[in-house]
Amino acid sequence: MHIVVCVKQVPDTKIIKINPKTNTLDRRSAPAILNPYDAHAVQAAVKIREETGGMISVLSMGPPQAVAIIKKSIEIGADRGYLISDRAFAGADTLATSYALSKALQKIANEEPIDLVICGKHAIDGDTGQVGPGIARRLDIPPITNVIEVSEVNKAEKTVLIKRKQISGYELIQTQLPCLLTVEKEINSILYSPLPNMLRAARYEPVIWAVSDLGEVDKTQLGLKGSPTIVGKMFTPPKLEGGKKLEGSSDEQVSQLMDILMERKDLLKLKETSTAN
Amino acid sequence: MMEEYRGVWVFIEENDGAIEGVSLELLGAGRKLAEKLEVPLSGILLGHEVTKLAKEVISYGADKVYVIDNPVLKDYRTESYMKGVIKLAETYKPEIFLYGATPNGKDLASAVATDLSTGLTADTTMLDVDIDKRLLEASRPAFGGNIMATILCKKHRPQMATVRPKVMKALEPDSNRQGSIIEETLNLKEEDMRTKVLKIVKELTKKTNLAEAHVIVCGGKGLGDIHGFQLIHEFADTIGASVGGTRDVVEAGWLPHEFQVGQTGETVTPKIYFAIGISGAIQHVVGMKNSELIIAINKDPGAPIFEVATYGIVGDALEILPKLIQQFKEMKTEKGGEISYA
Ligand SMILES: Cc1cc2nc3c(=O)[nH]c(=O)nc-3n(C[C@H](O)[C@H](O)[C@H](O)COP(=O)(O)OP(=O)(O)OC[C@H]3O[C@@H](n4cnc5c(N)ncnc54)[C@H](O)[C@@H]3O)c2cc1C
Ligand SMILES: Nc1ncnc2c1ncn2[C@@H]1O[C@H](COP(=O)(O)O)[C@@H](O)[C@H]1O
Repeated sequence: MHIVVCVKQVPDTKIIKINPKTNTLDRRSAPAILNPYDAHAVQAAVKIREETGGMISVLSMGPPQAVAIIKKSIEIGADRGYLISDRAFAGADTLATSYALSKALQKIANEEPIDLVICGKHAIDGDTGQVGPGIARRLDIPPITNVIEVSEVNKAEKTVLIKRKQISGYELIQTQLPCLLTVEKEINSILYSPLPNMLRAARYEPVIWAVSDLGEVDKTQLGLKGSPTIVGKMFTPPKLEGGKKLEGSSDEQVSQLMDILMERKDLLKLKETSTAN
Repeated sequence: MMEEYRGVWVFIEENDGAIEGVSLELLGAGRKLAEKLEVPLSGILLGHEVTKLAKEVISYGADKVYVIDNPVLKDYRTESYMKGVIKLAETYKPEIFLYGATPNGKDLASAVATDLSTGLTADTTMLDVDIDKRLLEASRPAFGGNIMATILCKKHRPQMATVRPKVMKALEPDSNRQGSIIEETLNLKEEDMRTKVLKIVKELTKKTNLAEAHVIVCGGKGLGDIHGFQLIHEFADTIGASVGGTRDVVEAGWLPHEFQVGQTGETVTPKIYFAIGISGAIQHVVGMKNSELIIAINKDPGAPIFEVATYGIVGDALEILPKLIQQFKEMKTEKGGEISYA
């Protein structure tokens, strides 16, 4: 089995700050991390490899600093890392991102055919979840999104069983390999990295490719040029008005609230069951 | 070229013979866009034995319904559904195409956008249109909800967006509305499908209860600790409401994660929403602000939750909740009645 996991470096949106004057992201305020869903994707690949043997490659598109998250993926258990990094990729939306990543995947597949591609459900900065299915379309393999369990990876039959989360409940899907999965957090919990992995990660240097290394690439489909969507404007969410504040002691506030609730017969009724008959 | 594309489309998601709520909401939102642009609104309905739902699509605002009814389309699969949708889009060329931001809607839209080489805005929460330029203005939370971004797709058609459930409003259905139903066929063979849906398991967990609940008592870190949070359970029990929590509460382990309300949790629209000990961070507010009546209890008068609350009580939840519970209990014994919700 050759599994490739697509991993992205993202600012930690939990602690991100927005410059209120310019409405732009203060990048220095947020440390760059491995997209949490992608960490689960690497972990899922490690589990599959335990059962089937084989190799895990990770692939990222980003600035040179993204080497850090490839190292992080090696810590979790990936064998190899590839980074595609070039000015020409800058400003890519999901369409241009899936194009660039699919070109790199084709190159990786030329070295070693790919059986499975795994992505995170979404990246916490862009928050779209569109790149995974986009890559699958470009490679013409089935995409299965919102995956919460992978089982029965059958190398001989080239099939795999998948639990896919749905609006309520889940569905059990059988699909052919190669395919592309996007994984939910529920799929596993991130384990502590074994020491040998940490040591290997510290020394690891990924393969870095520029556009010119990717073979035949249509440059008009890359980066800002290849992106049909643009950000028109940024604004802080509209402020809401707010209603009435109740005054007085806590007893008074509670009784006012009771009056308000009891008046809203359209929302809440007191059914007088005991007086029945 | 771009002028060939006219009309607003909504993908109609069907599950178990019923139309998903978000599709009806999108017909409501799509109606407004279509009227501004002076074009018809169409519903796109795929599945097996779904033609009967077309009338309902019209009653919720569509002028036309394009239907592909085929046994291979019984369960949602990317490969079969995208074929149908792409065929329709290439034949009839819509300028705007909306999908619900559900697992299937997002999956389908992502695949279709790739094949049509067009732009797709994810998880939109506001929709508008620039009439002169015929540009869809799809706005969505960015960077973890700290800010809103309006995404435009100027040079490619259709302009596509997935839209979050429960932020748009469906119209009142009108069974007298007239519309046309256009049936199309698709050449699909089961043998050609690379994926098979073996089983669909419905789990009607508490989570779906939360989304459907009429009354929610939602607690935040202001309850102090897991013991303080018991008051939330007690109050909810007394009035027959569902319990919810903020992300911080879930992360603290006071409540399982399926009870989280907000951007990364459930979006809820109950009749009555109690926000107790909740600061009202934007990521929380986006998940509950469309509730009909919002009552907030917070000891900080400057807490942003008061900006969305219909009624606010500035005070200590640990003191007020027991009193509120007491009042409701007394009322129930006095009148001997049960509380019910209209
Ligand atoms: C990407 C991202 C996604 C997120 N998604 C979600 C989400 O889906 N849902 C969500 O809820 N949050 C989400 N958050 C987190 C959100 O930003 C807030 O951190 C969170 O909602 C705060 O929870 P809280 O109100 O319980 O706690 P706090 O912010 O700590 O607020 C506690 C409040 O209780 C009040 N209080 C304290 N003691 C009392 C008392 N005795 N009586 C009355 N009031 C009292 C305080 O005045 C304060 O206002 C997300 C954040 C990010 C970055
Ligand atoms: N620049 C990138 N490099 C590698 N993988 C990416 C990149 N962008 C997105 N992905 C993958 O696609 C998934 C979904 O991202 P998104 O569609 O941006 O929400 C991520 O979890 C990654 O697995």
